[in-house]
Amino acid sequence: MSVLVEAKGVTKHFPLMRGKTVHAVDDVSLSIDAKEIVGLVGESGSGKSTFGKVLVGLHDKTAGEVYLEGERLPQRYTAGDFQRYARHMQMIFQDPYSSLNPRMTVGEIVGEGLRFCAGASGAQVREAVGGWLERVGLEGGYAGRYPHELSGGQRQRVGIARALILAPTFVVCDEPISALDVSVQAQIVRLLGELKELLGLTLLFIAHDLSMVRYVSDRMAVMYLGSLVEVGPADDVYFRPLHPYTKTLVASNPEPDPRSERQRTTTPITGEIPSPVNVGAGCRFSTRCPEVMDICRTVTPELRVVVDAGDERQVACHLFETTGQLSPSSTEVSS
Amino acid sequence: MIPAGDAPVLHVKDLCVEFDTHGGVVRAVRGVSFSVRPGKTLAIVGESGCGKSVSVQSIMGLTPIPPGRITRGSAWLDGIDIVRQKIVNGEDVRGNRIGMIFQDPMSALNPTMRVGDQIAETLQVHRGMSKRDAFARAVEVLALVNIPDADARARQYPLAFSGGMLQRAMIAMAIACEPDVLIADEPTTALDVTIQAQILELLKELQRKNGMAIVLITHDLGVVARMADDVVVMYAGEIVESGTVDDVFYRAAHPYTVGLKAAMPSRDTSKAVSLLPIEGAPPDLFRAPEGCGYAERCSHAMALCGPHRPQRFEVDPGHHAMCWLHHGDAPQRVDAVYRGGRT
Repeated sequence: MSVLVEAKGVTKHFPLMRGKTVHAVDDVSLSIDAKEIVGLVGESGSGKSTFGKVLVGLHDKTAGEVYLEGERLPQRYTAGDFQRYARHMQMIFQDPYSSLNPRMTVGEIVGEGLRFCAGASGAQVREAVGGWLERVGLEGGYAGRYPHELSGGQRQRVGIARALILAPTFVVCDEPISALDVSVQAQIVRLLGELKELLGLTLLFIAHDLSMVRYVSDRMAVMYLGSLVEVGPADDVYFRPLHPYTKTLVASNPEPDPRSERQRTTTPITGEIPSPVNVGAGCRFSTRCPEVMDICRTVTPELRVVVDAGDERQVACHLFETTGQLSPSSTEVSS
Repeated sequence: MIPAGDAPVLHVKDLCVEFDTHGGVVRAVRGVSFSVRPGKTLAIVGESGCGKSVSVQSIMGLTPIPPGRITRGSAWLDGIDIVRQKIVNGEDVRGNRIGMIFQDPMSALNPTMRVGDQIAETLQVHRGMSKRDAFARAVEVLALVNIPDADARARQYPLAFSGGMLQRAMIAMAIACEPDVLIADEPTTALDVTIQAQILELLKELQRKNGMAIVLITHDLGVVARMADDVVVMYAGEIVESGTVDDVFYRAAHPYTVGLKAAMPSRDTSKAVSLLPIEGAPPDLFRAPEGCGYAERCSHAMALCGPHRPQRFEVDPGHHAMCWLHHGDAPQRVDAVYRGGRT
């Protein structure tokens, strides 16, 4: 498989007043293969949406590079860059209520990208819009309607049509189903799956619903306070989590199965995600980690391959240093 | 027959709620009955707009009247119909015998009052405590809901609290008077999954300690599986299925319940299995359907489902479903459709 999108050391800081800085995304490296679905999970404030927006150029990069098919993308997008790269990279947003302009009709919203980026004629745009609305299940007469006339699920379909009308290769789906009801979630997931097959899309699927991410994704990446803590095949990460934070996430995730819920013995982790302002050295999870060691508080663990768990499995945790085995006794500091 | 000690502490009977709007009358709740036993948790599940929140809000007198209107029904707490009588012996049962917590803790607390004062206020009103005693008790209750450094926290404003802490503070406020029933309306929907686990565990722990009944309103079947003893499933303003949590999850008897479960991935759902969405959308309650509200989306709908409201059939003892498929004369029995291992 060839790599389609690659992030190398991507960092995004937001400056605050008085020398404070929000470390929204810190040194995140992730490569996404063509036609792959990578799920990105984490709590709110973990930086997953910011990372998605950096990938498609909606945020500047403080440091690091993003490559699309080997081509290095600009650190800061100009208007021309958006026109050039929007054809290849698109985004579907979380909130189908605020991400559609209420003064534009559905047809204008879906066709806007085509008019600006491809310079298509009015007739071409109308035809393409009609085709896409039909493809996302909004047949007949929806083009002239306004967003407020649609339900949440229908709006999300508009958002999908808007993102895909330019035939991009890579789409960041930022919590595309979080605002929807369960029965409608499955409709949207199925639609995304069908379109992915049809168009050969590559997706970064950002969500906090672990069960859905496991189901949807080929690989899963777990983010905590701006850093990736674990990456691997989705089923492996979910069923055999290695990083203590991933373990916590999976253990906290309620399953729709009363028997397995009754057998659940783990007690919930205490504490909350700390503030991302002026994060110091050391593992970011060390303040809540049940298996914390001395080294964790001073040395930031790197994301590295864990040998025993297969080549694709990467974990950023001092418990898995060098040997790739769980070694809770290895507390000597090497640096 | 109800065994002794198992008598419901809150029993809602045939509740109907309507709203007058510019577009006409919305029949939001159409004949809802449920009961909850002491020390047990009843989950009310359903999608947005199914009437689950309106049901409990109307019982608590929180629906604005007008435009809202309770057209029928009663809610019995200790022999008193609280739909009609909120004040018993000069005391409001709400906040006293029944506590309530809400989805959005940020907007449910008063930003201009210290957290401890807000909790103390309920004790001053319902228990007639002095301000000083009430504040001291508020600090105790904050500690009970595992807020570290409760004494200092009680003196802070809601702004200084995180979402999870605010939800704890709201729970503290709701349980300050040791209610018999705690109504929790989507208590963890706004929270992250690790914080959700903390709050759910806290609710269970408080229930074990003081034996209160919990009415948990949620759309998340995972939360239901973790918390509930009994479940009612609501759709389009009606209860379509009710029973124990195992009845509803493992012996689902209404096509909507079965559809909901097939629409979400579980631990065992492999990627090869495609999720089965429920196509369509719930009916418009401006023109409430005459028959079964789910008939339009139901893959097993029969000719009579559209025009005729289904009876409530007892599938197993204590397990009810409002679906014509359970009628003796139905051509395809729901057992044959769903109990062949598709649960």
